[in-house]
Amino acid sequence: MASSPSPFPSQTWDVIVVGGGNAALCAAISARRLGASVLVLEAAPKFYRGGNTRHTRNMRCAHDAATEILTGPYTEDEFWDDLQRVTQGQTDEDLARFMIAESKEMLTWIVEQGVRFQPSLGGTLSLGRTNSFFLGGGRAMLNALYRTAETLGVEVRYDSEVVGLEIADGHLSAVQVRCGSAAARLAARALVAASGGFEANIGWLKEGWGEIAENFLIRGTPYNRGTVLRMLIDHGATQIGDPTQCHAVAIDARAPKFDGGIITRLDCVVYGIVVNRNAERFYDEGEDIWPKRYAIWGRLVAAQPDQIAYIIFDASSLKLFMPSLFPPIAADSIAELARKLDLPEQKLVATVESFNAAVQPGTFDPLNPDGCRTEGLTPRKSNWARKIEQGPFYAYPVRPGITFTYLGVKVDKAARIIMGDGAPAANMFAAGEIMAGNVLGRGYAAGIGMTIGSVFGRVAGKGAATHARHSHA
Amino acid sequence: MHATATLEEADRLMTVCNSCRYCEGLCAVFPAMEMRRSFSDGDLNYLANLCHGCSACYYDCQFSPPHEFNVNIPVTLARARHESYAHYAWPGVFAGSFRRNGLAISLIAALSVTAFIAGFVAWHGSATLFGIHTGPGAFYRLMPHNAMAALFGAAFLYMLVATGMGLAAFWRNIGEPSRTLTQGSSSLWQAAKDAAQLRYLDGGGVGCMNDNEQPRDRRRLFHHFTFYGFLLCFGSTSVATLYHYLLGIEAPYPWYDLPVLLGTLGGLGLIIGPLGLLHEKIRRDRAILDRDSMGMDVAFIVMLFLTSLTGLLLLVLRETPAMGLLLALHLGVVFALFITMPYGKFVHGLYRFAALVRYAKEGREFSH
Repeated sequence: MASSPSPFPSQTWDVIVVGGGNAALCAAISARRLGASVLVLEAAPKFYRGGNTRHTRNMRCAHDAATEILTGPYTEDEFWDDLQRVTQGQTDEDLARFMIAESKEMLTWIVEQGVRFQPSLGGTLSLGRTNSFFLGGGRAMLNALYRTAETLGVEVRYDSEVVGLEIADGHLSAVQVRCGSAAARLAARALVAASGGFEANIGWLKEGWGEIAENFLIRGTPYNRGTVLRMLIDHGATQIGDPTQCHAVAIDARAPKFDGGIITRLDCVVYGIVVNRNAERFYDEGEDIWPKRYAIWGRLVAAQPDQIAYIIFDASSLKLFMPSLFPPIAADSIAELARKLDLPEQKLVATVESFNAAVQPGTFDPLNPDGCRTEGLTPRKSNWARKIEQGPFYAYPVRPGITFTYLGVKVDKAARIIMGDGAPAANMFAAGEIMAGNVLGRGYAAGIGMTIGSVFGRVAGKGAATHARHSHA
Repeated sequence: MHATATLEEADRLMTVCNSCRYCEGLCAVFPAMEMRRSFSDGDLNYLANLCHGCSACYYDCQFSPPHEFNVNIPVTLARARHESYAHYAWPGVFAGSFRRNGLAISLIAALSVTAFIAGFVAWHGSATLFGIHTGPGAFYRLMPHNAMAALFGAAFLYMLVATGMGLAAFWRNIGEPSRTLTQGSSSLWQAAKDAAQLRYLDGGGVGCMNDNEQPRDRRRLFHHFTFYGFLLCFGSTSVATLYHYLLGIEAPYPWYDLPVLLGTLGGLGLIIGPLGLLHEKIRRDRAILDRDSMGMDVAFIVMLFLTSLTGLLLLVLRETPAMGLLLALHLGVVFALFITMPYGKFVHGLYRFAALVRYAKEGREFSH
């Protein structure tokens, strides 16, 4: 078969960036600004460029004073405390503190690259102090980065999947790439791997989770298959992180398998009860405010039979949370609701009745932990416990929705990939989801994925360009 | 259930957008949407008329085509707007003119010009039409001033009544009480400022998008040329009317006099603006272009352009034998412009202004 003419200029590139999201573009821009020739290889078509960055909306950066868009200071120490708490200590302190310190400068650097911020979005007021929101969301942010990169002279190729890395003794010499029927071998002086996690690779997810991964929904791009991550590990890069650790939330079970994005999330768990397919409750729905708890519910639902659960609430809660894509399933009685959901009818009625009987009197406050709780019920509900008694009754079916995976390659503070012998690779760098596990061993705090991508992307780009300049000699 | 398939689609999109809200910093439509959880026909018509078509939301959206959620706000709201114009048209029998608007307006303009030429010839003969007329009252040798004033006054009054009725229908349809207008001077003032600056035609600050995802601000600029050009021309006519009746000074006026200065400046704006808007319309990304509105949009742009072009030609050639024909042409175009205003793109300004008034009021109430 004759292959079509190569869309790739045949030259030795100073820096090849694999991936097309926030981390990749920050790397490409910072490398190009140091004078390097830069080629970005994005496996997705142009519309889907940028992996999960398309679905993001903010980034978490430390700052010492309120700004036009941030309501108050968020110090490095507070950021570190938050990170330590959500990861339960499973983070590389040195690297994390470095990232947090660098994040301060990110607020201005990213604006210099054309990205625009706005005050926190409606329904996200709790993030108004810590997180900077992108005007127009993640795709707008990405469009701005691409505009800047292309103006600077960064070359970008879409539909270009990396199919091989030529690596010897921790040194990369060339990247093999395929674009349609064309294939090319591209020589490079340095590599930045910023091609995301492997969340869209169900086969790989099964290696960690077993067959139940078949029932997971993937919230973002279908292109994050971890191909380059696997190649790097196979070539001796040090693997970091647990294959089952990921950002996983409970999303509407009716969402598409891939790329449903933000609009399938449900913020009503705290106002109702959550039952599994046996109509039994399994976790304290009111443990803490939702922004601090939403990211544990993906794993909780993954542990239930058939990886499905149902949020049950009544008419009094219907307007307390952000609307979402699919309307709730409604019924005039709990028994009818059970029939519509195909749940054991008497069991669901009994579960709701025993929950209602355990609810203690209190003053309901939808926004803050209000102490409205159950007594003598297992599991308990610690806050926002109100009797489910005012019809119509509503339910949302939910499944685990995987945002991104944490298993990746180990890096140092220069974003250099650490090889099996513990030494950093000569000319290979990693940024973004592919190395998020260095900072996020588990858990999540809103906007950290973008901080990891921007900070390490910028550092990786600088390192790669500097290495390329020295190897010109 | 909604009255039309377009409104059904608009409802579907608003449900998607209300679950996302990433675009809320781009314009007025999304904050207005967030004040609601369900959408009546009137709500959707309100949102559609609030949309300035800057299209930033299309390129910023992670769910726009080819994504399966197929979110295309600029096209859907443009279509809903267009259909709403027909819905509010007065009298209702003329609603159909919005369906093939380009054709309707072209025919009316052609008939109007023909009528003026035929009228001049019938009254004065072709010798007068092609004669040279100079000095005060030169135009009125072809058409007496009182006849001109009566005819155009009637057309203008008709336009006022018909657009006023349409505006009232819009206001009722979106469910806004009349006291918002009578008691809401701050809302009116806010809306006037927003409209005068085209505040929401800037993609949230980066500029609106037209031919691709690169934000450029040219439609706003050309719209300013067009709108302020139109106002200057209107001012020129008003001053000339005052000159005539109050001061007894008859047209044509010397080039340095106020009516000519205003008219020339406005006329230049009405040349540059419509040409620019037309150019942008032709270059518009097909993905965000509502083809069904193309005829209506182009017809209005061309009518404004012709008004100005014939007016300026009349100014330049008024002392030549071409004057008579140019006067007929100019008056024919202006007459057609006036009587078709209630049945064309002109109404977008009225409904959008009214939508901005409501938005200003809602924004104040919501933040309390």
